[in-house]
Amino acid sequence: MQLRFFVRRLVMLVASLLIASFVIFGSLYLAPGNPLAALSGGRSLPPSSLHTLEARYHLDKPFFEQYWYWLSNVAHGNLGLSITLRENVSTLIASRIWTTAGLVLYASVIIVVVGIGLGIVSGLRPGALDTTALVVTAISAAIPAFVAAIVLILVFAVKLGWFPTLGNGNDLVSNIRHFTLPAVALAISSLAIVARVTRASVRAESGRDHVQTAISRGIPTRALLRRHVLRNAAIPITTITGITIASLIAVSAVVETAFSLNGLGAYLVQAAQSKDIAVVQGISLVLVAAFVVVNLLVDVAYALLDPRVTLGTRAQ
Amino acid sequence: MTTIVPLEAVEVGEVSTRGRSPWQRLRETGVVGMGSAAVLLVAIIAALIGPYVTPSDPNLPNISLSFVGPSAGHPLGYDYQGRDVLSRLLAGAQSAMLGPLVVVALSIAAGVLLALVAAWRRGAADSVISSGLDILFAFPAILLAVLATAVFGAGLTAAALALAVAYTPYVARVLRGAALRERSRPYVAALEVQGASAMSICWRHLLPNLGALIVAQATILFGYAMVDLAAISFLGLGVQPPTANWGVMIEENQVGIVQGYPLPALSAGIAIVLVVIAVNLLGERLFERQ
Repeated sequence: MQLRFFVRRLVMLVASLLIASFVIFGSLYLAPGNPLAALSGGRSLPPSSLHTLEARYHLDKPFFEQYWYWLSNVAHGNLGLSITLRENVSTLIASRIWTTAGLVLYASVIIVVVGIGLGIVSGLRPGALDTTALVVTAISAAIPAFVAAIVLILVFAVKLGWFPTLGNGNDLVSNIRHFTLPAVALAISSLAIVARVTRASVRAESGRDHVQTAISRGIPTRALLRRHVLRNAAIPITTITGITIASLIAVSAVVETAFSLNGLGAYLVQAAQSKDIAVVQGISLVLVAAFVVVNLLVDVAYALLDPRVTLGTRAQ
Repeated sequence: MTTIVPLEAVEVGEVSTRGRSPWQRLRETGVVGMGSAAVLLVAIIAALIGPYVTPSDPNLPNISLSFVGPSAGHPLGYDYQGRDVLSRLLAGAQSAMLGPLVVVALSIAAGVLLALVAAWRRGAADSVISSGLDILFAFPAILLAVLATAVFGAGLTAAALALAVAYTPYVARVLRGAALRERSRPYVAALEVQGASAMSICWRHLLPNLGALIVAQATILFGYAMVDLAAISFLGLGVQPPTANWGVMIEENQVGIVQGYPLPALSAGIAIVLVVIAVNLLGERLFERQ
């Protein structure tokens, strides 16, 4: 039963990746003017370069054949050439992907530790702390990453001088220092959402009859929490954490730009501004793939936590 | 007590709207709800008349006033080009508020249509629509907007259209579920037996019964659209300078943060955060699960 569920999810993953790649490739044809103009980004290129582009994208062939050539190139790790940097898109992506991955990972750790931690504490202890947490998370859930970025730079880099303002670091320790403010900016609104969902589900589970029975039976608090409250609350918490972490992948573009980090997202934005379509296509494909894979992992985790999913009935 | 949920998990329980006027419902939301409504009202008025009541010309640069602090008649000081910040804030309200409104209207319209068709036809039509939506979920909203601006050129139109497309599956998925439940109610079968056409049942009965859910979704979406559109403008791919816009204002005055003159960028950031908090809280208070 479980196997069938995973196979179906895997087929869906491949299908959505294929169609996403089709949309990303087809965007060339949606652009005003012809695909060649779109690829050159409105620049006037020498005829020899135009011929190279034409040959590379097989523009003399029918549409589906072009897509096929492009897709098989992509499958071989060849994402084309950047018009502005005259370099291989795959190489350019490879040199920047770790910045983005590191940033998203750092932000994810913050979300898991602080968001879930805060949610559990305020879910278990109604009172002043809980009220404060509710107000703070209501506000921070509404703070966009780029607004968080300027406030963090203002307070922690300019006024207090605890962290550097912009750029990547060059060794592990300085990397962590350089990435702390960006990771917090990226995490802040998701963290609030995760904390609120965690709080709500811990509160709901604590009020269940079986938990009340367990309390009256004198089960120690630790065991009660682990076995009865958190285990059931883990289902919505995992889902919300996974979904918000997946959404960080695209938002990292905003944070990287705000902090001048040399990552994939900032590069995507520069390429979009300079209409370097091959680069935009390559990075979009990588980010969509990452997004889809993380979502698949969330679904799998959800299915492992809640056997009802694989049995075909969705949990309430 | 509901929580502010991410777009991906929007779901609203039965919302009872019977027998209470909108004003009564607003009063029941308490101080927080009324305060949020007041903030939104100010933002809406600013969006409607802001560009016509600016105290100074929002686009007239004066380099000698660059990053000059607040003074009489200029409570928020001047930006990096020496333009009056308050005037730019007022002028920028229009695109900051109207943009998300267009995104919400488009994605709600498309989502409602897809949900009703899927729920009414069921079977093959439902499968096609549902799997189409599943595939659209593969595109994060901001990424689709960046892709669209790269292809069609930077601007609010391309970004807003792309966001509307990216939000549609979230709207459609929730509404489809609700429409399916509504579709299986006895009154729908009764109407069918009486010979009412599919169009009239959907339009006159299903749609009104989904109304509260649709408004709740629109409210939550507005906050998301506002943040995402401002982010696109912040990235230089949305509203183009020198046109005033809250996202653009943050981007162009970012240098002031480091130079010790944060007010121009901060005031635009605060404007965005206030409106989003107000929308979230009002939505939460108005559409609590009951």
